[in-house]
Amino acid sequence: MTAVLLAVIGAQVPAPGAPNAGNSGAGLTPDLAPLHLPNVEYHLLLPFLILMGSALLLLAASSLIRGKFGRGLYAGWTVVTGLASLGWTWHLWGQIVGHSTGTHAAPRAAVAGSLAIDGFGLFITITICSAVILGALLAESYLPREDLEGPEFYVLMMLSAAGGILMGEANDLIVVFLGLEILSLALYVMTAYHRRRAQSGEAGMKYFVLGAFSSAFFLYGVALVYGACGSTNLAAIADFLSKNVLASNGVLLAGMAFLLVGLGFKVALVPFHVWTPDVYQGAPSPATGFMAAAAKTAGFAALLRIFLGPLVAQVESWRPLIWVLAALTLLVGAVLAVVQTDVKRILAYSSVSHAGYVLLGLEAGTATGAISSNGLAGSSFYLLAYTFMVLGAFAVVTVVGGEGDGRHGLNSYRGLASRRPALALGFTILLVSQAGIPFTTGFVAKFNVISEVIGRGGAFDYVLGVLAMLAAAISAYFYLRIILAMYSGGADGSSGAAEVSSGGGATTLVATTRALVAVPTTLTVAVVGCVAFTVAFGIIPGPMIHLAEKATLLF
Amino acid sequence: MSGFLRSYLTVVIFAGVAGALVAGILGLSRLLQPRHPTREKLINYESGVDPYGDGWSQSQIRYYVFALLFVMFDVEAVFIFPWAARVDALGTFGLIEMVVFVVILALGLVYAWRKGVLRWV
Repeated sequence: MTAVLLAVIGAQVPAPGAPNAGNSGAGLTPDLAPLHLPNVEYHLLLPFLILMGSALLLLAASSLIRGKFGRGLYAGWTVVTGLASLGWTWHLWGQIVGHSTGTHAAPRAAVAGSLAIDGFGLFITITICSAVILGALLAESYLPREDLEGPEFYVLMMLSAAGGILMGEANDLIVVFLGLEILSLALYVMTAYHRRRAQSGEAGMKYFVLGAFSSAFFLYGVALVYGACGSTNLAAIADFLSKNVLASNGVLLAGMAFLLVGLGFKVALVPFHVWTPDVYQGAPSPATGFMAAAAKTAGFAALLRIFLGPLVAQVESWRPLIWVLAALTLLVGAVLAVVQTDVKRILAYSSVSHAGYVLLGLEAGTATGAISSNGLAGSSFYLLAYTFMVLGAFAVVTVVGGEGDGRHGLNSYRGLASRRPALALGFTILLVSQAGIPFTTGFVAKFNVISEVIGRGGAFDYVLGVLAMLAAAISAYFYLRIILAMYSGGADGSSGAAEVSSGGGATTLVATTRALVAVPTTLTVAVVGCVAFTVAFGIIPGPMIHLAEKATLLF
Repeated sequence: MSGFLRSYLTVVIFAGVAGALVAGILGLSRLLQPRHPTREKLINYESGVDPYGDGWSQSQIRYYVFALLFVMFDVEAVFIFPWAARVDALGTFGLIEMVVFVVILALGLVYAWRKGVLRWV
């Protein structure tokens, strides 16, 4: 036994003076290999650095300066930061991708190849910056109402967004993990932020435990892919897979599966979606909106970049898996949303269903060309459209939830149209868009991804396309159910209870306080902005499609 | 078996030997030892002091914050060590980056301090 052990160990230790001995030398040997410090392109990192720096500055300033800041200062600071980051990203977009078909620099890798500053990365950055701005607008009135005023929520939101941007631009699996952790850790705290609501703490705990679990899956996937390909760098993996034919790709397949599980948790694909309704329901409404938009965008960004980038060489091995996940996610999300009576839970299951549509773009397996056949562009378009739809919807949920953030049942929405017609109209448009009715971005987004899948022409692709349309039809039911609730029921705005007729003609007394909900200015701005975006790009989708088509991958 | 898995054979054998060693020594001791348990012999060893109370006693929640702050600086040290080992090669760039890193963590401490976390009530 000992002999075997020694023989195995002996085979592993290189002889002294072997070529690779110098590189693996321990810290104290005199012949250390020279260090190659990476060239850090700070101007390319600026969208990330602005958010990170601004968050730290806000935290430091608010803790060092005595006395209270005026209300709205934190939110204002966050909006300005988001706009600055967005502005610089737009500037980079002009430099690297080009606003029109003029001369421009090519997409490039930054910081020794660990980041890819390309169209897709910048597109994701734009999406996440939009989520920060809208999230801050949602939180501005929510936090004082719930007596949670303080800079921490905004700091966490900016840090989380910085992590999301890192995920979108990461060109190395380790950097993806770094971004994932920055994003997630801040989100866990944001979920549990409402101290006096037991549900909030419970949601935070659930999200944290399952999130940590999924991070471990992801990390194990990184290790296995590294084992199979010899690098964590996406460009190096692509290079390795293009030059080598793997005799047995078991390790790589296992690695891909683990990566899929890890990121699938984050974006709530169906076998890994069980945390979604509880966390969405328990988290403070602005945090839920931000989470739905930013975490999904960042998770999908990493998923799309990894699988449509280097691992596209293995597309025939992962496509069946994505097919099954997409079909399950679409149908389970839509069907389970039908039986919910809590609007936040409905929106949670609908977000699961939306993840299925984004996955259709990945199933199409292409990353270049016109949007009708470009899976990456279809998914990118969907993520940007969804960001505005979901944050707008959660702005309304924030208002209707009322003090204590508890009134989220369908009953609370009854008669909203008579009390707040404009708010109900805005919510209706956003929900109709999520359902995929024409003249909204939701329709264009769904149309793109489904046509990409159908365009592939196989029998299975048709089946998936039909399943997606079926899911859209099912989801129309529960969106219309919310709309119906808003436009039915008591027009009586002042009495303590309203009579609502139930199915059998009998009347039930719905005991909710029917006081007029006050809509703060910031929330009005958020809802109007989201509705305007959804309708404008729904009627004229050209510019946004053009933007999504230019969001290409570097590798 | 692929070369990739073969390279882990050492680990498997090592783990097997380690497990067998522990099981062997403990088993042998179990077989050979004389056993005359008394109540004094069975109580937990607490550095010579008689243990009191329940093993599942609750500890103060305020220790949690100190533990958290400790972990923060513990991890900071983990990152500083490799930097310190190659500080000459990393030069000014490395120094500035490390200062940025330490300042960010110090901000966390400042925040905790201003929030009154460090005050022992």
